[in-house]
Amino acid sequence: MTPEEEKEFTRRRKSRNLVVAGTLLFFVILFYAITIARIGG
Amino acid sequence: MASTAPQTTTALPTEWRDFFTLTKPRVMTLVIFTAICGVLAAPGSIHPVLGFTAILAIAMGAGGSAVLNQWWEADLDAGMKRTMNRPLPGGRMRREDARDFGLFLSAASIVLMGVAIGWLAAALLLAAIIYYAVIYTMWLKPRTPQNIVIGGGAGAFPPLIGWIAVTGEITAMPVLLFAIIFFWTPPHFWALALFVQSDYAKVGIPMLPVVAGEKATRHQILIYTLVLAPIAIAPWYIGGTGWIYGMTAVTLSALFVLLAVPVGTRTRAAEGDKMLPEKKLFKFSIYYLFALFAALVADRVAAYQGWLA
Repeated sequence: MTPEEEKEFTRRRKSRNLVVAGTLLFFVILFYAITIARIGG
Repeated sequence: MASTAPQTTTALPTEWRDFFTLTKPRVMTLVIFTAICGVLAAPGSIHPVLGFTAILAIAMGAGGSAVLNQWWEADLDAGMKRTMNRPLPGGRMRREDARDFGLFLSAASIVLMGVAIGWLAAALLLAAIIYYAVIYTMWLKPRTPQNIVIGGGAGAFPPLIGWIAVTGEITAMPVLLFAIIFFWTPPHFWALALFVQSDYAKVGIPMLPVVAGEKATRHQILIYTLVLAPIAIAPWYIGGTGWIYGMTAVTLSALFVLLAVPVGTRTRAAEGDKMLPEKKLFKFSIYYLFALFAALVADRVAAYQGWLA
């Protein structure tokens, strides 16, 4: 792997990890909200 | 050196945007719109968080089946100009990754719907995904020129599931919403197919204008429109909606039929035909569905607020 390719590899991996982290966080909050809504109802 | 280039590309991790593109975000906007209308038009109420979750689950299911569709059709997509740059034929993603992403998204959508809303809505979502990804994509699309009719069935699920997420039971109204989109899709799509050159024939997908000819397609457009009109008016006729929806459905359906008659009966000029009636019908069909569902929601809101009493 050339240095440019390695840089691109790291960039893509990083952005994918950030999207996965954001999605997970979103679902943690959503499931909390769903739980509150269902207990309340 | 040139031969090693594609390998280098596939060795890199796929951009997350390509995964997003694979869920067909533009198709999803219509799915989300009709699903929201189903939720809002249903009698009774749903907690906003749960309403949001139901829409999200429907959108995820639609995305998952779109991914599975493109996983299955990657070879066909590679042969058509419109689709050859999608993530899979474009070589930006591994096939197994697309398959796993599609399966995961579909499974997650069903579990989310089941846990948060109920298992009837989840079962319908599962049925919709199997219908689109297996029955339509894998089985019937390459085998019958009525494939658009069958594909339209997949697009007809979102408002049905949205409605049932609120009520928890299958009644005449959500089934009628399903039927409206089901019978709307063929005239909508075939009008487009008449004036847009596509290369479906090249990859062996039997589209009606190619297989049965233009005349038969025109007749089918008219027939489906004539069936659609009474079905669109039926929710009002059976007392499921008020006059706001009723008047909208009667007026718009009459217009739809009026626009479909010239398309259904005329023949294309030998040369230089601008295909104006077909373009007009196609454009109108989009407004038609949009306005019909908006009227459905407006009708419910007006009744709920007691503006019409």
